[in-house]
Amino acid sequence: MAILPTNFRPFLAARSVLLAGSILLAACLAHGQAVNSCLDCHSAQPGRLEVTPEKFSQDIHAQKGLTCVSCHGGDASNYDPDQAMSRKAGWKGKIDRKQIPQLCASCHSNPAYMRTYNPGLRTDQLDQYHTSMHGKRLAAGDTKVAVCTDCHSVHDLRPPSDPRSTVNPVNVAQTCSRCHSDAAYMKPYGIPTDQFANYSISVHHDAMVVRGDLSAPTCTTCHGNHGALPPGVDKVQNVCANCHAFQAQMYSKSSHFKAFQDKGLPGCVVCHKNHAIYMPSDMMLGAGHAGVCMKCHAPGDKCDLARSAILTDLTQLDGAIKDADQSLRLAESSGMEVSEARLAQDQAQDSLTKARVTVHTFQTALVDVDVQAGMKIAAANLKAGQDAMVERNHRRIGLGICLVAIAFMLVGLWLYIKKLES
Amino acid sequence: MYAFLLRWLDERLQLDELIAPFKHKTVPWHRLSYWYFFGGITLFLFIIQVLTGILLLLYYRPGANEAFESVQYIMTRVQFGWLIRSIHAWAANLMIFTAFVHMFSVLFLKAYRKPRELTWVTGMILLFLVMGFGFSGYLLPWNTLAFFATKVGTEMAGQVPVVGKAMMIFLRGGPEVTGATLTRFFGFHVAVLPGLVTVLIAMHLFFVQRQGMSVPPKVEAEWIANPSARREMKFFPNFMLRELMAWYVAMGVLGALAAFFPWNLSVKADPFISAPAGIKPEWYFLFMFQTLKLIPSKVWFVDGEVLGILGCSLAGLLWLLLPFFENDKAGRGKAWITGLSIFALVYVVGMSVYGYLAN
Repeated sequence: MAILPTNFRPFLAARSVLLAGSILLAACLAHGQAVNSCLDCHSAQPGRLEVTPEKFSQDIHAQKGLTCVSCHGGDASNYDPDQAMSRKAGWKGKIDRKQIPQLCASCHSNPAYMRTYNPGLRTDQLDQYHTSMHGKRLAAGDTKVAVCTDCHSVHDLRPPSDPRSTVNPVNVAQTCSRCHSDAAYMKPYGIPTDQFANYSISVHHDAMVVRGDLSAPTCTTCHGNHGALPPGVDKVQNVCANCHAFQAQMYSKSSHFKAFQDKGLPGCVVCHKNHAIYMPSDMMLGAGHAGVCMKCHAPGDKCDLARSAILTDLTQLDGAIKDADQSLRLAESSGMEVSEARLAQDQAQDSLTKARVTVHTFQTALVDVDVQAGMKIAAANLKAGQDAMVERNHRRIGLGICLVAIAFMLVGLWLYIKKLES
Repeated sequence: MYAFLLRWLDERLQLDELIAPFKHKTVPWHRLSYWYFFGGITLFLFIIQVLTGILLLLYYRPGANEAFESVQYIMTRVQFGWLIRSIHAWAANLMIFTAFVHMFSVLFLKAYRKPRELTWVTGMILLFLVMGFGFSGYLLPWNTLAFFATKVGTEMAGQVPVVGKAMMIFLRGGPEVTGATLTRFFGFHVAVLPGLVTVLIAMHLFFVQRQGMSVPPKVEAEWIANPSARREMKFFPNFMLRELMAWYVAMGVLGALAAFFPWNLSVKADPFISAPAGIKPEWYFLFMFQTLKLIPSKVWFVDGEVLGILGCSLAGLLWLLLPFFENDKAGRGKAWITGLSIFALVYVVGMSVYGYLAN
């Protein structure tokens, strides 16, 4: 035993006997309580060697009945460190980083074995990893790249569904950033280190972290987790289509599709960026600071005119919906029943959303079809609100006439009573 | 023509004999006589309820899938449907209000005393039934607030020891508030309660006609001391015309409320969503609701809610039997009922306001 001083060993052996007795007793009292001499020592070790029973009990492998021996070999039932950690007992010691994927795969790539624990778990992680940049570099001898334990953690490895897991969707970006935002660490690779900072201000991060939508994209959604790109994706830049199918469909039929391909431009990323993807707005079609079209197109050219026409269309529909909304709100505040028009407002909003998707065709005529459909609904809703206000005024006039009639009746009755009693 | 028709009917039905008591009937007239009008106004509002209710029945369809839509149809498509529904809803609230005013005026004018105990008892049962009208009718549009208010209300009924659970299942038509509850409440609202109320109103009016209007003890004492001060008014036409004026005023108020504050329909009930935060019952149940909220969850070993419901039920029963606690002898026996009446009025108003303002 190399890590303990020699004079410490007799004491440790004596204590091991006592502990073994205690553990045997505990084993009689608590069924299934396995003996693990590794944790007994390692819970008192400093730094990275420290593995406490509390920490290890959080590990999914420990919960499924695996022990230190399952990965490190040795004899955990032996409290003599020399024997417990002897090559004879199959002790492997610290696992070499290069061997980690293979070691994990010895179970995780065995479908028959994995089925006994989790039939739904994939068993192709190692194959995928080999196709990834991490896997390729590791094979080439670069041990700085991420291996299984870097992302999934070790000794307290939790399933991805656990919110405390380093690979839970909410935590994935943070996990990747541990290396990819470290400028010194990434320096040899010559790649940017601002991805996490950019992602943190994106609409995707907002959806995932602020709104808690676990289906929102994080690093692995676009880049793949163990290596392979998501199905049907030839380049990361085309991954957007996996979620934004309609936009991708429109874009693939547009003039931009071929033009971008010819120039080797990365599709969606040209206008929407890759990591710092903001919430899109109609102003992206504007000629101002937020606009994207004029970064390539010249003022006054055919495309600039189309851009302007599309923006005008969208702005008009947006304005018409807001006008109708205001009119309906006013009617509602007057107690008028306009719930049908209120429901139809959703349809107008749907038309606007559809038009915004159709923008990706970059054809004014197609966008106009959706906008006009929405304008028609919004105009009907505006009229419903205005009609309700006219109706409200009629009611009030009717009430006024009735109240005057009632007042006359009251005066008449009073005069009649007075006459009767005089 | 009119005289001919009257004579024709009189020959066959002896109408003169029938209306003779009304011709001779008089009403004591004093500075507090205006309180007598509230009973009549409540009756007028009940008549409005019956008429508008019949009109609503022409379009209303009970059922979880149709009720809300049918009320929406009445509000938006039926000519003056909005007016009929708003008047029905406002008149219901005004009727409960005037019934309460009438009850307290009877209490403070001491009109419940012997020999009018049965008039008081029938009146109190009518008040409970009118509140039952409000509770059952509130669910009929099948909107979110009504759904959850009914859920809470019937749950409270379920807290009554021994019979509570069975009572709750009877009211709901099952363990949960569903379409079965709606059809059941519709049945109570348009058949059971109107039948009971009509019989009780007939009894109540019969007692009033038979015994005449009560004169408050103080006025009575003044009249005994000074017999020349005694004033009486012929019921027909003098008092009836004044009552008619009160009805016209009530009609004006109803019209103004319906035109300026049409009764809101809100959104359709969805049994799968959680109850809206801070949900409260209608204003006339608010004092009881707030009382139950203020009782701790455990009082000694008794469940607070059970204690509250039993307490409210007992208070209601004692209130119903109030005239029987007052003896004929003058003195302290009468003073405590006046004190209790003042306390009850302050408590009901205070708790209602507190309940309205509380989060």
